[in-house]
Amino acid sequence: MPVKIRYFSWVREKTGKAEEVLDLPPDIETVADLMTWLKALGPEYAEAFARSDVVRAAIDQAHVKPTASLAGAREIAFFPPVTGG
Amino acid sequence: MSVRVQREDFDVGAEVRRVAADRTDIGAIVTFTGMVRSENEGRGVAGMTLEHYPGMTESELARVEAEAGKRWPLQASLIVHRIGALNPGDNIVLVVTASAHREAAFAAAEFLMDYLKTSAPFWKKERGGDGAERWVEARQSDDRAAERWTPRE
Repeated sequence: MPVKIRYFSWVREKTGKAEEVLDLPPDIETVADLMTWLKALGPEYAEAFARSDVVRAAIDQAHVKPTASLAGAREIAFFPPVTGG
Repeated sequence: MSVRVQREDFDVGAEVRRVAADRTDIGAIVTFTGMVRSENEGRGVAGMTLEHYPGMTESELARVEAEAGKRWPLQASLIVHRIGALNPGDNIVLVVTASAHREAAFAAAEFLMDYLKTSAPFWKKERGGDGAERWVEARQSDDRAAERWTPRE
C-alpha cells in the first residue's frame, strides 16, 4: 500500500526529509506499528522516533492516536506537539 | 466566520472594522493579539520561524471556530495566524469574536486561543541572541487550559 508520509518540525529535521511515498507492508496496521517500522529504516529514523511517546500523528490531516488504524489512509504525518498561538 | 494563515502582518483595527462592517446586531467585539517576546523561559529571543502543515492548519482552525460557534451565540469570528520569519514585537496571532453581549465574546475568544494552541499544527523555532536555534516545547499549562473546556464525562 503506497502512502504519503509527511514530517514536520524536528521530526522533519531528524529524518532529513519533508515527505516521501512509502510502500507499507500489510502487517503495518496502526500508527504505532508504522512508527516502529519507520524506526528500523535507518539511524535518522531511529533518531526521529526515539521519543515516540512525544511524536504526534495525523491521518489525512486530522489528529489521531497511536492506536488509530491506517486503513484507507492517503497521507500520514508525524510531528511534535504543536506550539502555535 | 473565517480563518487565514499568512506571512504578512495584520492590522487589528482594520480587521475589527471588517468584522463589524454593515452589521447592527453586534453589541460586543473582543480581540486577542499574540506577539513575539524578546525573552522566553529565561532565554533571549532574537527572532523565530513559524512552520505549519498547510491544509491541516486551515481545517483545524475552521474546526475550532465552528466548535466555538456551537458553544456561544457568535455573530462573527476571525482567526488570523502568521507563518514564516518573525521578530520580537511582531504580531503572531489575532482572534476576533463578535456577539450581542460581552460574555459570549470574551469566553469564545479565550476558548479559541486555548484550542488553537493545542490543536492547530504550528511549530515555533526560536533563535537566541547567540544565534543558536531551538524548537519551542509545548507547555503542559496550555494542555490544562484547553482541558478546562472539555466537559467532564
